[in-house]
Amino acid sequence: MSSLTITQGRVIDPANGIDQTTDVVIADGRIHAIGKTSKPQTDQVFDASGCIVCPGLIDIHVHLREPGQEEKETIATGAAAAVAGGFTSVCCMPNTEPAIDDDGRVDFVYHQAARAGLANVFPVGAVTKERAGKELAEIGLMAAAGAVGFSDDGIAVASAGMMAKALAYIAMTGKVLMQHCEDPEIGGGVMNAGALATRLGLAGWPKVAEELIIQRDTLLNLSQNIGARYHVQHVSSGGSVALIRRARHDLFGQAHITAEVSPHHLLLTEESCATYNTQFKMNPPLRTRRDIEELLEGVKDGTITILATDHAPHTQEEKELEFAAAPFGIIGLECALPLYAKALIESGTIDWPAMIAMMTVNSARLCQLEGRGELSPGSHADVTVINPKEPWTIDVDKFKSKSRNCPFHGWDVSGRAIATIVGGQLKHCLDGKRLGRHTSPRDTKIKIAEDLIAP
Amino acid sequence: MTAPAPGSGTGPATGIPPAPGHVANKDRSTAPSGTEGGGEYRWPHKHLLSLEELSVQDIRFLLATARGFEDVSTRSVKKVPALRGKVVVNLFFEDSTRTRASFSLAASRLSADILDFAAAGSSISKGETLADTARNIEAMGVDAIVCRHHLSGAAHQLAGAVKCSIINAGDGQHEHPTQGLLDIYTICRRLGRDTYDLSGVTVAIVGDIAHSRVARSNMHGLLKLGAHVILVGPTTLLPASFADMGCELSNDFDKALPRADVINMLRIQFERIHSQAFPSVREYAHFFGLTAERMKLAKPGVTVMHPGPVNRGLEIESAVADGPNSAILAQVANGLAVRMAVLYLVTHAPSSNDTKA
Repeated sequence: MSSLTITQGRVIDPANGIDQTTDVVIADGRIHAIGKTSKPQTDQVFDASGCIVCPGLIDIHVHLREPGQEEKETIATGAAAAVAGGFTSVCCMPNTEPAIDDDGRVDFVYHQAARAGLANVFPVGAVTKERAGKELAEIGLMAAAGAVGFSDDGIAVASAGMMAKALAYIAMTGKVLMQHCEDPEIGGGVMNAGALATRLGLAGWPKVAEELIIQRDTLLNLSQNIGARYHVQHVSSGGSVALIRRARHDLFGQAHITAEVSPHHLLLTEESCATYNTQFKMNPPLRTRRDIEELLEGVKDGTITILATDHAPHTQEEKELEFAAAPFGIIGLECALPLYAKALIESGTIDWPAMIAMMTVNSARLCQLEGRGELSPGSHADVTVINPKEPWTIDVDKFKSKSRNCPFHGWDVSGRAIATIVGGQLKHCLDGKRLGRHTSPRDTKIKIAEDLIAP
Repeated sequence: MTAPAPGSGTGPATGIPPAPGHVANKDRSTAPSGTEGGGEYRWPHKHLLSLEELSVQDIRFLLATARGFEDVSTRSVKKVPALRGKVVVNLFFEDSTRTRASFSLAASRLSADILDFAAAGSSISKGETLADTARNIEAMGVDAIVCRHHLSGAAHQLAGAVKCSIINAGDGQHEHPTQGLLDIYTICRRLGRDTYDLSGVTVAIVGDIAHSRVARSNMHGLLKLGAHVILVGPTTLLPASFADMGCELSNDFDKALPRADVINMLRIQFERIHSQAFPSVREYAHFFGLTAERMKLAKPGVTVMHPGPVNRGLEIESAVADGPNSAILAQVANGLAVRMAVLYLVTHAPSSNDTKA
């Protein structure tokens, strides 16, 4: 196996409380050491001066569409998009066709990811068979096969009775239940409910549909008292933040409740829907400026601890449909990092170490990805090198993802993953000049595909 | 704000019709005049997508243009050559007999060629998008597409996808601008508001406001022209946010009725019963139906309107629909003149294909 020293970077490893300019030594696919090396002894050296070196970013909420919707994305193209955006690991949602609701399909995801050989892909299994909300899926077998969590994402586990069972059953596995919080009868609209939706003649999806499910699930969790782990996906409402804050207090010691937020909910408002542009159609929908402020407050005070993109590829023809008929969602893997930086760092809400924690160690702990999300010696050598100041323009035509549905096309942003290392292998590199082969070029096993290195 | 006086100038309808091949500017010189006092007004919109986006001046100019066209229907030769050589396509994704017939007749009175194109259901089922369909039709060389669609925003999306003019003939629950315009035109004619100013006029719109594109278009237009608008219906069908726009909301038809100069009765959408917006047709008709008995509460000269088709005996009793206060057939007749004006103006707007030719 190859070895690599990443030199002179600002190493930020929140799990170990590290934030200093130093070197990271990688050998045999693992983190070997952190610290100054007077003369690197490794096969390769990557000069990270001026850059942040951190644990590989982890996105616990992506849709890779395979099996069944390969025209939108495959595990291979999704993994390529992941490493291009600085993500070394992603957790893919089970709303495929068929749904990932048994151990064989969990296996399938691992096999396809291994074939692609880019990012680590961890499947999230369905809570209920076919995500139909009627019967529990084979949760135990999926957990044994490596499912890292459970969700019917795209829809909520709507029945309170089914949810009570699901929380209890999933608690046995120690895995997390990730809930898409939307009451199907109150929700179900195509944009935020309110004056604008009424004027546009579009069906509303009110905040209360999200808040009701969070409140209900918290009460179920309190009443069952079995230590279930519960995660709120893509929080959109300021009211939800208050409920989660309260629940984290009430459930302390009894259960574990966490929440994630997506870039679009931190940067865009419902006003974007005013011209019926389907690139702004999301589920949950874009809300208001006030909600953004409350989400930022939730990030700041630690109520929301995880950043996740909800990367949701769709074909151009689907997004060209009428607003009500077009599918929900946007892709996010390749532009999430600078968008989070814009929303959270440029706004003064949190700093880089705090933001990196929300994209690494917190995510890894939620999904129990052992030896990931940190740079402890012996852990997997998943590392991202970020140039926090690099200005660039988001251009969907340069994305590795198979889809182009991104409302941030054309945005000028700053901050970019210039190198992504997965298991000690460089999978993405935007600046080949920083990479040097060191003293002993004996090892021909070092394989860095030329196409990974941008000119 | 100076409104063009109705019939002032020699419009394309009242006067000598413009000769074929006239360019837009020359045509405009013979269009109903909007130039009295102040700078020359030019109709600026290549598309008619909503009343929300029109200015007061736009609405008044359009209604004055319609006034000029109204007389064409009473002539022995009911045709002017204003759109000779132009192609107008009726692109209907949703069934509509009346609106389509009205647009067809309006276009034919302007001497346009008309193509009826019925596109079935949602475009998602055919693997062809809305934009595809429109671009295919446009490739045949058309000047205007009249679009009816069951989903909100369809006309806006089309306007972004094609180069020809788009006229929204109703999109989902969003707007039905020509219906709004013809309703307002009817009110102005009926009340003798020749300057298209509705200050001091109270209009009650009754029924399923939440899901009605007719209500939205009426509301925007009426508010802009200075009318007081009372929206009447059960709370489940009455969006509170319309109060912020300047409308009065009421659940009590009997209290609103005596104050109204105009009552616009919306059609009951039966699918709303399945969604339990109200418990039964019987209960709805009891509280919100316009019966002969209830009419006793109204002002004697009140104008009763309905966009059609009427559910007789439900939202309105036959005696009222056919009674002396009813303007329902006048609405249909006025619809022609208004749609002629719309077709004429959008195809002669500065940015329309016509001026580039």
